[in-house]
Amino acid sequence: MTTFWSAFVIVIVVVNIAGSLWLLFGNARATPGETTGHTWDEDLTEYNKPLPRWWMGMFVLSVVFSIGYLVLYPGFGSFAGSLGWSSAKQHDTDVADANAKLDTLFAQFRGRPVAELAHDPKALAIGRNVFANHCAACHGSGGRGAPGFPNLTDDDWLYGGDADTVVKTIADGRAGTMPPWEAMLGDRGVRDVAQYVRQLAGLSHNDVVALAGRERFAVCAACHGADGKGNRALGAPNLTDDVWLYGSDFASLDATIRTGRHGVMPAWQPILGEDRVRLVAAWVLSLSNPAPAAAPEKAAP
Amino acid sequence: MPNATTTYATTDATTYNDKVVRQFTAATVIWGVVGMAVGLLIAAQLAWPWLNFDQPWLTYSRLRPLHTNAVIFAFGGCGLFATAYYIVQRTCQVRLFGDRLAAFTFWGWQAVIVLVAITFPLGIQQNKEYAEPEWFIDILIAAVWIVFGVVFFGTLAKRRVKHIYVANWFYAAFIIAVALLHIVNNLAIPVSLTKSYIVYSGAVDAMVQWWYGHNAVGFFLTAGFLGMMYYFVPKQADRPVYSYRLSVVHFWALIAIYMWAGPHHLHYTALPDWVQSLGMVFSLILLAPSWGGMLNGILTLSGAWHKLRTDPVLKFMIVALSFYGMSTFEGPMMSIKTVNSLSHYTDWTIGHVHAGALGWVGFITIGSLYCLIPRLRGRRDMHSMRAVETHFWLATIGIVLYIAAMWMAGVMQGLMWRATNPDGTLTYTFVESLRETYPFYIVRVAGGALYLGGMLLMAWNTWKTWQVEREPEPVLIPTAVAA
Repeated sequence: MTTFWSAFVIVIVVVNIAGSLWLLFGNARATPGETTGHTWDEDLTEYNKPLPRWWMGMFVLSVVFSIGYLVLYPGFGSFAGSLGWSSAKQHDTDVADANAKLDTLFAQFRGRPVAELAHDPKALAIGRNVFANHCAACHGSGGRGAPGFPNLTDDDWLYGGDADTVVKTIADGRAGTMPPWEAMLGDRGVRDVAQYVRQLAGLSHNDVVALAGRERFAVCAACHGADGKGNRALGAPNLTDDVWLYGSDFASLDATIRTGRHGVMPAWQPILGEDRVRLVAAWVLSLSNPAPAAAPEKAAP
Repeated sequence: MPNATTTYATTDATTYNDKVVRQFTAATVIWGVVGMAVGLLIAAQLAWPWLNFDQPWLTYSRLRPLHTNAVIFAFGGCGLFATAYYIVQRTCQVRLFGDRLAAFTFWGWQAVIVLVAITFPLGIQQNKEYAEPEWFIDILIAAVWIVFGVVFFGTLAKRRVKHIYVANWFYAAFIIAVALLHIVNNLAIPVSLTKSYIVYSGAVDAMVQWWYGHNAVGFFLTAGFLGMMYYFVPKQADRPVYSYRLSVVHFWALIAIYMWAGPHHLHYTALPDWVQSLGMVFSLILLAPSWGGMLNGILTLSGAWHKLRTDPVLKFMIVALSFYGMSTFEGPMMSIKTVNSLSHYTDWTIGHVHAGALGWVGFITIGSLYCLIPRLRGRRDMHSMRAVETHFWLATIGIVLYIAAMWMAGVMQGLMWRATNPDGTLTYTFVESLRETYPFYIVRVAGGALYLGGMLLMAWNTWKTWQVEREPEPVLIPTAVAA
């Protein structure tokens, strides 16, 4: 704030508060029972009773509180307040305090493999809460996914379901890109390939059209493999199983090939930090690999 | 009235212009029913979402601004026009300045309301709360408002009574401030007939919006209706206003301090800390000036308390003042940052707003209209005073159900949203808090239905009162000027 604006704010604050008090005490003189002597619309008149004392007290009290507040906290122009308080500082302190507490809580899980944490009820309880807060919006509170958002409870993995890969997926995020093929394949080519993909998956299809599609599949094979079984290094889905991120009906396949798809898993490490990434990875692993002794149902750290 | 004088007496210069008052009065009742019916529908949609029937123009997002604009600017606005025009003529003892200008304000204001009712369901609006109408409607609003000012101040200027009655101070402040707020907040660059961009951006835009928003509460929903109160309460109670000096103090304090309170809508946001602090402290200082108005109204009834037993119109007024006192206590409390961190974004705010809107604005308007309608039709009372009494109880129970449900829902939501587990995660998801809110939403629907039921009874009663055998003669302006 420039000196001019600071002075401007200070002046109007003082004028308003002082003006209110002047108004209050300037009219406090008691003249009980008298009317002002004016009459409007035949019978409207006014007494001129004194201001109720308790009401004046309330007015003064609110002014006193406000002056005190403006001494302690920012508000009076560029004067920062004698406490030196700011909302940014309060936020930083609160976050630091919370992190210090969490640091002690998370210490017990450090240095232990994620695969082992996936069988530790205390770690799973925390992982489950983190999942509910940050992951459930897309993957569902039970982790069963939704169209475009993978199901985490089955044993099918785009990038791999081992502990290290799951941690990496959560920490750094993923971008799964299927390019749009219409320009290259043409309208007919798109429909041919869609039929062939249904054949690969063992779904009902037109044999003749699928045969034409098979010839065009060479461009797809670069990522999905000649046999269509996918490539985890690229996150290219296996097209021969019955797991479909965007649907296996002809219209959905046609749209996927024609206009492409772009799935994004955000990078969570900057938001959650390493400890929580490992704990939530443990929870995700436990969804598809329940412990032999039965997974914990209740969150009770 | 002897017939011989009638010809002379009914020329414009010697009679009041009550035509425009009648028009605005009838419009108030009609828009009240419409605005509250839309409110009931959207309250029901929150409880039973299928009630939007998958029609875009019936969705909550489009009807909610229609509800707020209809009750504030159509119901409240028409009520303020009607009473301002009635009161300024009676207390100045002159005919309204500019009959044609007054007629323009009526038809212009109705055009604004109809345009709003068409554009909002189509999704054409500028996303500023309580200032949603697009730029071309804003221009019409500004034009009507400036003409309103010309008519009102023109009438004050030619008054035959020396002193300006207190009700007119409040109407004057209301007219000037609303013109200022409306024009500054709606400065926009149109890019097509149905789309414009506001000239402000970021935190400045938010601050201008809530400077407008809170002063719309302060000057539209408070100062204007205090003007109504200062005329109809002493009239109906047949008692002098309690204290002239109290009205001087609370009037000037109110209009000076209200201007500061907007930032309390933006606590814990990107708004600079010093602005938030000033918004909070001036909201607290605002408590006493607000209560000054309540006290002056309630104490005017001292010596006339027995009338409350028999006069349902006076009951509306005293309950209106009580709700005014209650919500102007609640408001400063909610502006305290620590309280606000719990109440903000919850249904508590909705409860607070409706304590003010249904309790204060609604009741003082309904009470004043029950006083005004018979006079405009040359009758002593409304067609059915029992219906007025029934309306009073329906509406009172409706408000209590409404605000109690929203208080409980709001505090519950605030507590659920801030609950955390020892591992730093949130205990509840948003959807869990929503599920817990459903019972309160249903209670609110019941409260709203009672309030709307009362309003329908008022519409019937108004219709019946309107039916008179002979159109009333224009009211003669008394020639003797009071002191």
